[in-house]
Amino acid sequence: MSSAWARFALLAALLLAGCEREKRVYSGQPATNPAGELYQENAYDVAQGKRLYTWMNCTGCHAHGGGGIGPALMDNRWIYGGKIQQIYRSIRDGRKNGMPAWKNRLTDQQIWQLAAYVRSMGRYVRKDVAPSRDDALNSGKAESRRERSAPLEPGR
Amino acid sequence: MSAPLLDTDLAPAEVSARLEAVWSEPKTLWGWFATVDHKKIGRRYVVTALIFLLLGGLAALVMRAQLGTPDNHLVGPDVYNQLFTMHGSTMMFLFAVPVMETLGVYLVPLMIGTRTVAFPRLNAFSYWVYLFGGAMLWIAFFVNSGPDAGWFSYVPLAGPQYGIGKRSDIWAQMITYTELSGLAVAVNTIVTVFKMRCPGMSIDRIPLFVWAQLVTAFMIVFAMPAVMVSSTMLICDRLVGTHFFNWAEGGDVLLWQHLFWFFGHPEVYFIFLPATGIVSAIIVPFARRKMFGYSVLVLALFATGFLAFGLWVHHMFVTGLPRLGESFFTASSMAVAVPSGMQIFCWIATLWDGRLRFATPLLFVFGFIFNFVAGGLTGVMVASVPIDTQVHDTYFVVAHFHYVLVGGAVFPLLGGIYYWFPKFYGRMLDERMGKWNFWLAMVGFNLAFFPMHILGLMGMPRRIYTYPAEMGWGGMNLASTIGAFLFAASFALLAVNIVRALRRAPGAPANPWDAGSLEWAPASPPPPHNFTFTPVVASREPLWDTPELPVTTGLHADRRETVITSLVEAEPQMCESSPPPSIWPFVAALVISVTLLGSIFTPWALVWGLVPVGITLIGWFWPKGAKEEES
Amino acid sequence: MNWQSALDPHSANARHLADLFWFFTALCAAIWLLVVAALLRAIRHPGLAGEQDPPERQLRKSRIVGALTALTVLILVVFTAASFYTTRSFAWPDMNTLRIKVTGQQWWWQVEYRNHDASQVLTTANEIHIPVGRPVTLELHATDVIHSFWVPDLMGKQDLIPGRTNYLTLQADHAGVYRGQCAEFCGLEHARMAIWVFAQEPSAFEAWRRHALMPNTMPDGGAAAKGAYIFVHRQCASCHAINGSDAAGQTGPDLTHFGARATIAAGTLHNTAANLDRWLADPQAVKPGANMPKVDLSAPDRAALVAFLEGLK
Repeated sequence: MSSAWARFALLAALLLAGCEREKRVYSGQPATNPAGELYQENAYDVAQGKRLYTWMNCTGCHAHGGGGIGPALMDNRWIYGGKIQQIYRSIRDGRKNGMPAWKNRLTDQQIWQLAAYVRSMGRYVRKDVAPSRDDALNSGKAESRRERSAPLEPGR
Repeated sequence: MSAPLLDTDLAPAEVSARLEAVWSEPKTLWGWFATVDHKKIGRRYVVTALIFLLLGGLAALVMRAQLGTPDNHLVGPDVYNQLFTMHGSTMMFLFAVPVMETLGVYLVPLMIGTRTVAFPRLNAFSYWVYLFGGAMLWIAFFVNSGPDAGWFSYVPLAGPQYGIGKRSDIWAQMITYTELSGLAVAVNTIVTVFKMRCPGMSIDRIPLFVWAQLVTAFMIVFAMPAVMVSSTMLICDRLVGTHFFNWAEGGDVLLWQHLFWFFGHPEVYFIFLPATGIVSAIIVPFARRKMFGYSVLVLALFATGFLAFGLWVHHMFVTGLPRLGESFFTASSMAVAVPSGMQIFCWIATLWDGRLRFATPLLFVFGFIFNFVAGGLTGVMVASVPIDTQVHDTYFVVAHFHYVLVGGAVFPLLGGIYYWFPKFYGRMLDERMGKWNFWLAMVGFNLAFFPMHILGLMGMPRRIYTYPAEMGWGGMNLASTIGAFLFAASFALLAVNIVRALRRAPGAPANPWDAGSLEWAPASPPPPHNFTFTPVVASREPLWDTPELPVTTGLHADRRETVITSLVEAEPQMCESSPPPSIWPFVAALVISVTLLGSIFTPWALVWGLVPVGITLIGWFWPKGAKEEES
Repeated sequence: MNWQSALDPHSANARHLADLFWFFTALCAAIWLLVVAALLRAIRHPGLAGEQDPPERQLRKSRIVGALTALTVLILVVFTAASFYTTRSFAWPDMNTLRIKVTGQQWWWQVEYRNHDASQVLTTANEIHIPVGRPVTLELHATDVIHSFWVPDLMGKQDLIPGRTNYLTLQADHAGVYRGQCAEFCGLEHARMAIWVFAQEPSAFEAWRRHALMPNTMPDGGAAAKGAYIFVHRQCASCHAINGSDAAGQTGPDLTHFGARATIAAGTLHNTAANLDRWLADPQAVKPGANMPKVDLSAPDRAALVAFLEGLK
């Protein structure tokens, strides 16, 4: 009987995960989420982040994650850390050698969304949260089809 | 092994008892899952479809409540978009098509005088797949993953980039489930009608309801692959990054619309044609007159079936297709009105000289003609390219197709429920409540949907979750909302009537309406084997013309057997054994459902799913060690 | 209230459509009445004995049904021909007239007046000004999903489809303001994607066009100047452009001469200072899901922004 309950609980957890994945929160994830973890579990936020990535011309330096003028975003090496909070800070405050600060260009919510999307480029988010291919010329596999990158490590 | 026991060796009562033993199924949990009885499955199918009707109807009521007043905040855009997608998808895929097809699962074998359908296990399988698909859709809705791109799921909105999350995948996979079950039922119906009609039921004696089911089944076989292909392409685009609909890489956005409507327009006729069958079935006994223009009505079914495949483009008149091509589709869309018109004329001609009995089923037929003709005529209007450029995607179209689908299919269905309920459950529904039900439905329906014509012309587009007060749409929307709740009340009354009948009503006789077709020959409800002796018919209304039906004998009384007859003349050809209950269809449906569900998340589910599916199919088809004629 | 209705035509094209509609409606209503009358008559008609019609009665009924079917065919032929000729009466798109590129986006309209001379190309959003009395060709595009352009007083609708270009010819009879809105479901805020067409006398249109081409002059003092500073240095300029300022964002509507526009957020709110303040305070409360985020602005900052934007006449 207890195993049946365990299975039921597992099912409920899966369904609730679906719930979190699909939620549309237009004015930012709730204040109970100071660390921004919820953003990378929500498909809508990640998709909005992907829009911002294009709209803010992030491709200009980082290409589609492979890097160029700026470092690559889809590998596991992170100069300033690859956790969502660290990426959020890199976007918000900028970093030396050219990364501009976006804190007055994007809202806090948008920066979290963008950070969540950046996490999806190396597929550090769940597969069912990462975006699928674009209706455009595609330069590689969509985020949702990428293999998860190796564990995060510092350095370039 | 004893010698085969033939029904000619025994007294009729003894034959009946033995057949009942052979055809009945254990009343255990296993028996419940393993049943292959077309009546149990048909009943289950219809009840399940009615539950989906209830869910889809509740979604509609929330939408109507939201639209009742301008700038309303009852639900936001996200919930509203899911609601109308769920409403449309549920009503089309989980209610209307299945309920019409599977009324046939129950009635066709009875009407053609046989004991079961051609493939009883496939029939069971189709029910379970349908149930799992529908359940998946609604569970997804309740965990915030309800599809939100409309029941038509146009790309790119439903595509990989703009259809965020798993919502559209769930829609597309729901299509796979329902199409799988729909095709299984269609194949079953075709073979059953072709090969299992009782001796003497040549093609000019087939009941019109069965003709309608047959033509529909053929349409399903030809139309459903189009939507299965397109929904599979959509899943591939979303899941593995193919480019069928990616205009930037050589795909095409309009390809989706062509494929979807190549199925989607015939689908309307999957719903409407069986409904015309119900109308024909009701008119004859309640007008106490044989149908005028039987062959015209049959040919009209075929004509509609053919023409239905040539008018899908009228859903795409404003996509910028070439003008001359559009005019062709105007002509073909108009042409489909001809067979519908002929049907209406024949029905009225039959009623004209009939000695009418004003029972609830006939009232619903009157309601059908009243509402459906209005919907058909607005259909002629939207078939015109220029008019369509104004009314396309407005509430005018919403009004039009509700008049056609509710007026043209739900009204006959309600009539059919009142008509056949005694056969299904052996109880009579209350007539007085039935008449209330009818009038409430008429008033509610027309109040809900007539104002929408005007709203559409006044510029109200479809699928908007709210509108500003200054548009001046508030009054008519409120009227429409009130009408919707009245219409819903008529269904509540039906539910009360059904519950009351099941608990208290007296038992129904075999033929309470004094009808002439074969389904009224066995007791109500029919025994597991339907007919103790397979009847032989010599006219279209055998119970009227030969109250003491001649019968065929020589079948086994100790195993499941049916008579196979020739295609045109229905001359007996052989006896065919029919399989006993089996759990395998349920297991197969379960593993296939899990596989399809998994493939929403990873393409590998299809690969790994093959293993259990293969094992199940081996189990299903494993030779049982008995020869065919002894099994 | 007649500012978005297929039954209130204000152009020759829309009038043809409305005439055709009334023709169909009259005939269809007559048919419906006849069918219902026949049904009622059938209900009241006394029944005959027996279950089947005698042969001569069957023959008579067959003739009637045959005649009615022939009549149905005839009416449908008339309908088809009438539709065909109405379609033929519409002009083909003419590339030599005034051409306006309309791009549908989630959930607003970008409007660009085409011109061979780049200095005469004019970009605006959510409203179209056209001169009365001459045809204007709209070039319909979409960048994300399918939208549909529909201003019923002037013309039937036409879809905007990614990867394709459609054309629609508008010609207004007389000056006036006509509302339209997106007619193809396009996502969350499909309901709030309206467009306004201002038909103006040719001289007034030309004056508007010349004015709209000019950059806005930036305020040099007071709250408006503070607002201009906020606009350029805060989030606003990431998405919006204003000709004459340093703001050059490309993803949101161009806000040059915003103060002269009729509405905010694609017809969601009338363009008043109070409404603009409400919109800026929390766009997501007004148009949930729109791509305009809620920017944290103090009330005075917001007031300054409102003063600045409303001053962009």
